[in-house]
Amino acid sequence: MGAATVAPSTRTGTPVLALDGISKRFGAVQALSDVHFEAHAGEVVALVGDNGAGKSTLVKIISGVGPADEGQILFQGRPVDIPNPHASQHLGIATVFQDLALCDNLDVVANLFLGNEALRRGRLDEATMEKRSADLLAELSARLPDVRLPVASLSGGQRQTVAICRSLLGDPRLIALDEPTAALGVAQTAGVLNLIEQLRRRGLAVVLISHNMADVFAVADRVSVLRLGRNAGEFRVGQTTNEEVVAAITGATDNVVAQRARRGADQSGPEPEGPR
Amino acid sequence: MSHPMDQVDQPNLVDPAGPGLAAPTGGGGLRGQASAGARRLRSGDLGSAPIIVGLLLIVVIFQISTPTFLSSANLVSLSSQIASTGIIAVGVVLMLLLGEIDLSVGSVSGAAAAVLAVSNVKHGLSPAVSIGIVLATGVVIGLLHGLVFTKFGVPSFVVTLAGLLVWLGLQRRVLSSTGTINLPRHGWLLDVGQFKYFGYLGAGVIAALLLVAYLVPALAARHRRTAMGLPSRSLGGIGVTALGIAVVSALVIYSLCQDLGVPWIFVFFLVLVVLVDWVLRRTRYGRHVFAIGGNIEAARRSGIRVDTIRCSVFVLCSVLAATGGVVEAMRAGSAGRDTGTGDVLINAIAAAVIGGTSLFGGRTRRFAALLGILVIGSIPNGLNLLNLSDDLRFIITGSVLIAAVIVDALSRRGRQASGAG
Repeated sequence: MGAATVAPSTRTGTPVLALDGISKRFGAVQALSDVHFEAHAGEVVALVGDNGAGKSTLVKIISGVGPADEGQILFQGRPVDIPNPHASQHLGIATVFQDLALCDNLDVVANLFLGNEALRRGRLDEATMEKRSADLLAELSARLPDVRLPVASLSGGQRQTVAICRSLLGDPRLIALDEPTAALGVAQTAGVLNLIEQLRRRGLAVVLISHNMADVFAVADRVSVLRLGRNAGEFRVGQTTNEEVVAAITGATDNVVAQRARRGADQSGPEPEGPR
Repeated sequence: MSHPMDQVDQPNLVDPAGPGLAAPTGGGGLRGQASAGARRLRSGDLGSAPIIVGLLLIVVIFQISTPTFLSSANLVSLSSQIASTGIIAVGVVLMLLLGEIDLSVGSVSGAAAAVLAVSNVKHGLSPAVSIGIVLATGVVIGLLHGLVFTKFGVPSFVVTLAGLLVWLGLQRRVLSSTGTINLPRHGWLLDVGQFKYFGYLGAGVIAALLLVAYLVPALAARHRRTAMGLPSRSLGGIGVTALGIAVVSALVIYSLCQDLGVPWIFVFFLVLVVLVDWVLRRTRYGRHVFAIGGNIEAARRSGIRVDTIRCSVFVLCSVLAATGGVVEAMRAGSAGRDTGTGDVLINAIAAAVIGGTSLFGGRTRRFAALLGILVIGSIPNGLNLLNLSDDLRFIITGSVLIAAVIVDALSRRGRQASGAG
């Protein structure tokens, strides 16, 4: 909250997060090798790839859950280490994992402020927390029936909304969403995509991990493809097609796609388009 | 009361669209509250209604069978009988909230009674010092349970089942060959346990304090929420609750004061119930206890020191069990090999569950220990008046427990059927 809403056009050329030469090995398995990845303020970058391509591993590196073996991480231009989740949050990186980590028995306000409760004279300051929750949800045009409802009674999309809002309370610069639309219905998916759009408008760098090409094309500015732990192409939405991205994911036309990706990266870099 | 954590209400999500978050929730005056209640009923969440209905049913049945049940003398003895197990049940509620269980509470209360009697009678320590030793014993026992549980990952069921035996052994060992130790006839332990009652004046002052303790924060919260543009409880709603508190207090005081009055130990139990309720709902600690019971992984990721809190609840539960043991010794005037054995454990757990505490963690209704122990305590009391034997008592208590759990399961099913989650 209180995050100054940065218009997408005012961002500088420095990426919020830049990963370079990232490698990660689990025993005999090389999960990531020499991966490059960037996320800019006011930009939604989709991280796509087949199962086992290394998306989750990359997110775990960003969130400090599973640090990288090699490579450099620049956060807002400064080289940083992210050895643990706390360091990641401290930098201003928020991660919403697929399981959401919400307490079903607590209401929306309690979940939003869990572990970070507002106090007044030693007691929970419910009024302040409720006000801030309502304000935040309104800012994001997020729709919830009642912030005093237990999370158990919310729909999947509403729960996702709560989890995303929760991550915003730390005033992050970058937010990583792991499959936020998986298992959601059409209307709920639209709601979450809407919310992602709002995050971009707030000037956040959004990393969207998804299997769903329709969602990716609906909301992302840029698509970064991983295949077998390596960069397999980088596309700007609007200058590419579903087929191209899928080809990069599956490696069906590996050479062509790789060439094109390299060409695309040289020409346009990670410059996002304005809001659609 | 405005906090819906316990009242897992499920409004009909007819139109989740629109700026629903700005819509008044608790407000809307009496009609709003009535409709919220009706909404809850329709969705199958019965709140505390089943237990209150059940309690009334028990009272009516006993009153018809034996007119002495609702007599002042009997209510006075009932209120002092339920205090000790009620205090133990408060600790069990905390434990169940974590999603854990403490099977050792009966033994711990028995050991505590034994330690109290031995310190006070055999070693001639003052009552205050003896109670201090007992509470310290409770802390140590709870800490042992908690550390074995958190450090070695032994399930609470097993840790406290072992504790049940170990502390029963401790109780017998402390009492050694003496068997039963009587508390000194003129000491204040026995005096407070058996002969101290609040009359109209004292009980009236306590009820007035209770009313103030409800009204001041409620009105302050209303004022502040209104100033912040948040939905708040209507004055009418606050007034109705205050009136309810006043009426119930007046009834209790009137019926008890016609005889000896309100037993100190019963008031002590009530104070603990209100205090723990406040801690659970108004402090960060209480919120974290609920969170751990709801989703321990979420709690951990939120930076809550899960093990510290779990350990502290083990300690609280043992200390409350020890306190219950002290109160029982004071009421009975003695501590023996049987103190805290038999159905104390099962009654404490049954009271917590009947009062509306979920066995799966994270959910409890308000004042569960009080409402539950009223039901659980009334049964042996009434059967005793009817000169019915123990066998029937066990059968009926067990049946009531199962009925309470079934009602809870059904209401949960209703909640799920009408809810989206």
